[in-house]
Amino acid sequence: MLETGRHLPTNILYLEGVTVSFDGFKALNELSLAVAPGELRAIIGPNGAGKTTFMDVVTGKVRPSAGAVFFRDDIDLTRHDEAEIARLGIGRKFQKPTVIESLSVAENLELALRGERGVFTTLLRRHAHDARERIDAILARVGLAAQRARPGGALSHGQKQWLEIGMLLAQSPELLLVDEPAAGMTDRETELTAQLLREISGEHSVVVVEHDMTFVKALDCRVTVLHEGHMLAEGTLAHVQQDERVIEVYLGR
Amino acid sequence: MTGSPRLLNDAASRWLLAGLGMLILVVPLLNLAVPETSPFHLSTYMVSLFGKYLCLALLALALDLVWGYAGILSLGHGAFFALGGYAMGMYLMRQIGSRGVYGNPLLPDFMVFLNWQELPWYWYGFDNFFFAALMVALVPGVLAFAFGWFAFRSRVTGVYLSIITQALAYALMLAFFRNDMGFGGNNGLTDFKELLGFSLTSAATKNGLFVGSGLALIAGFLLCRWVVVSRLGRVLVAVRDAESRTRFMGYRVEHYKLFVFVLSAVLAGIAGALYVPQVGIINPGEFAPLASIEVVVWVAVGGRGYLYGAIVGALLVNYAKTWFTGAFPEIWLFLLGGLFVVSTLFLPRGVVGLFGQRRQPPPSAATGGNN
Repeated sequence: MLETGRHLPTNILYLEGVTVSFDGFKALNELSLAVAPGELRAIIGPNGAGKTTFMDVVTGKVRPSAGAVFFRDDIDLTRHDEAEIARLGIGRKFQKPTVIESLSVAENLELALRGERGVFTTLLRRHAHDARERIDAILARVGLAAQRARPGGALSHGQKQWLEIGMLLAQSPELLLVDEPAAGMTDRETELTAQLLREISGEHSVVVVEHDMTFVKALDCRVTVLHEGHMLAEGTLAHVQQDERVIEVYLGR
Repeated sequence: MTGSPRLLNDAASRWLLAGLGMLILVVPLLNLAVPETSPFHLSTYMVSLFGKYLCLALLALALDLVWGYAGILSLGHGAFFALGGYAMGMYLMRQIGSRGVYGNPLLPDFMVFLNWQELPWYWYGFDNFFFAALMVALVPGVLAFAFGWFAFRSRVTGVYLSIITQALAYALMLAFFRNDMGFGGNNGLTDFKELLGFSLTSAATKNGLFVGSGLALIAGFLLCRWVVVSRLGRVLVAVRDAESRTRFMGYRVEHYKLFVFVLSAVLAGIAGALYVPQVGIINPGEFAPLASIEVVVWVAVGGRGYLYGAIVGALLVNYAKTWFTGAFPEIWLFLLGGLFVVSTLFLPRGVVGLFGQRRQPPPSAATGGNN
């Protein structure tokens, strides 16, 4: 669902020397990394490695104290806020599944559908005719077709995760940032989620932050290892698992 | 558009509208057409009392729009109500003309008493009803806009926002208590004679004001309902349930909050303007923090997040208040407090929640968790 007519950028996301400090503690320390269009990328690292801060920086929640963050080669993300960045085409899934609990599954997706986001547009206009079809398509894709009329709050933990991924798809962003999607899922759900994310990539670039190594293995993609706010290693999972520094960070203490 | 909860709501809303329609037909009939000797006769005092309740219900409706749907717990809505009331009061003061105690054709009595020589500039125009009516909406609306602009842009939420709304009401109360503000100080504005040439003491005018209040409540209800069933209404619910999520979906949360806050303040101002001629006085007491908190109690008791719940709650609690303050004046405040505690603990969806089937989930109070 990449917009046609726009040039294909070299990098969908590009960070250079990004530093974020909270009261002297450097959550990110000169982090540099690049994600290609259509790529599926996993970011792993121990607690406090800066994974969530990385997402906060890309989505405009946190401003870096130094460094550059570019989307599609030339859009400087540090100059935009969350809502603008979302409209530019970056979707974010939270670590804790966050859906609108009192709206139905279909309404959750309807809210996320790409379209005008102004106060008066939402007051006066309905969605386009194809909204229902698009919602149905996404429901089928994330396996929630039978749940469409249930309130978001009534879904199981795993279903909420999928609904949230569905909401990201409805936004049809070019880049999806997904924070620990497999947390709290059963093995079967984890497997299905990995499959879903693999399917989504290609059309969208997907960056997954994850703890769970089985899940990362199932994603079968390039892996970036973060440690203390900077990149420790990058490559295939097999490659980074051989890396001595990675072994030390993960197993050494 | 989607799902049954909205339809169910609609049935309840239709019941409410039918009830209000009946009320504004039957009350004037019982007062004007039924002879005073009949046991069915309703005194003119009661007509004004019911009219007053309808205005308070409109205020509660306004609060429910921001609190029930957008999750903004305003503890200062009484201030917007009072500002609308003062705008109407200023018009009514100018209407007195030379019939005041001091007979000054231009200056209201309290200004003559303070030895003022001329009318302050901000009293100009209030001799014109349409100007005053415009101010009824504009003054609370502009204040809400200015306040909301800073508060929502700075992302002040939750308890902190509630506290500053309370501070806003309190500051206005202190300001209006001052004589040199030019709004009658402690005594406020009173001794009104007529509205648009109709004597405020006549039964016909009182019935007219009652019907006007009822129609305003119905119109306000339909307007709020239209807002909440639109796509914008769902965005508001999203803001209430998961503000951060909504922002990351690309919605400018602060614009939505500002829109609904201003709309709500205007409705509160209109409620105040209709209230003042029926009670015959407006004074700084209306700005008191307690007055605003009472509105929250009405909405909580009636049921937050349904619109009709706020109306039912306001009518119920105020009727009870009238009855109890007559019968047991000493314990009324304890009862009010008790009512709030009981409804919070045992009726999370308020009185109207007792009747509706469990179809719609209650507005979740604490879903602030978004990483």
